[in-house]
Amino acid sequence: MNFAKELTKGLIKDNPIFVLVLGMCPTLAVTTSVINALGMGFAATFVLLCSNIIISLIKNITPSKIRIPVYIVVIAAFVSIVDMVMAAYLPALHKSLGLFIPLIVVNCIILGRAEAFASKNNVVMSIADALGMGLGFTLSLSLVGTVREIVGAGTWLGMRVTPLTYDPALIAILAPGAFITLGFLMALMNMLKEKK
Amino acid sequence: MGYLGEIFVMAMTAIFIQNFVLARFLGLCPYLGVSKKLDSALGMGLAVIFVMTLASAITFLINKYLLIRYDLLYLQTIAFILTIAALVQFVEMVIQKNAPALYNSLGVFLPLITTNCAVLGVAILNTTAFRSDGVTAYNFLDSVLNGFFSGVGFTVVLLAMAGLRMRLEKSEIPKSMQGMPIALIIAGIMALAFYGFMGWKI
Repeated sequence: MNFAKELTKGLIKDNPIFVLVLGMCPTLAVTTSVINALGMGFAATFVLLCSNIIISLIKNITPSKIRIPVYIVVIAAFVSIVDMVMAAYLPALHKSLGLFIPLIVVNCIILGRAEAFASKNNVVMSIADALGMGLGFTLSLSLVGTVREIVGAGTWLGMRVTPLTYDPALIAILAPGAFITLGFLMALMNMLKEKK
Repeated sequence: MGYLGEIFVMAMTAIFIQNFVLARFLGLCPYLGVSKKLDSALGMGLAVIFVMTLASAITFLINKYLLIRYDLLYLQTIAFILTIAALVQFVEMVIQKNAPALYNSLGVFLPLITTNCAVLGVAILNTTAFRSDGVTAYNFLDSVLNGFFSGVGFTVVLLAMAGLRMRLEKSEIPKSMQGMPIALIIAGIMALAFYGFMGWKI
């Protein structure tokens, strides 16, 4: 087990969204545009990194019976920090992510990594794990966001990328488009995996 | 419009128009995870209705009489999630004692109600929600009813999904589409159908 391996496993092999299918709520809700996806990805990565560090530090003094509530309090504390910092410095992004910032608390990826990894490994490995998983999450969100924004609005990061004759299919940035886009992307991943 | 009318509007909004799963994207993990069999979907749905109703009631009281009174609103997320975690533990113990069969079929998903974002979502939404006139904030009864109806909305689509997926097992699906991808695409088509309740033309 080495640092690089833990770091890269979140990108492809154990990708939190496409392979583990965790954290579906933010994946579908905030990927209406690339910028929202990136904001959500970085916020979740920050919380994941901090909570993984703290949890791996306190793993020996946490009674195993109440470990889940302990993890949740640690995570909720960092989520509150992100919530307040974002409200102060990035009010527009905070508004468009809305309810889903406090809901990072119940993002299965973060609690999942705390339980499955940080509670069993040392700090350095937990940092690698958090960075890899967070990055995998952010990249997957951006991928879904890219597809939805280009198809649904004809833009990428707010810049127009499609020819003016393209009539954006609004459905891609509405709720049904979220499910359908992710479904097809996942099928595509499966297809590529089978070919290998 | 009397209070009954208000309740009717709330029910229609929570169940159909702003459905928790299909329009608000809350509670997707159990929606995709526990929708393979009809009976476990029903058990999960009932557990969620129960927890959501109870959580709405308790978090409303905590918000009003602790957080707002003592100016502690920045602790809202932590206070709410702890309340919900304790509640779920309680429900789990009750089900384990009184309905072991149900407990076995729900298995790993009961503790996961804690991390079901629909429960925390409804608690947070209740603190900022308004009645249909747009000025009256939710009172205690409104919050409890909203929690209950949102849970019903979740259960309705969970059951519909479970029914669809049971039929799906008998049909031929391309290999790369099997499992999660086809479930997501079906959810998308369902969401499209629910957009009809909103009166959207796409």
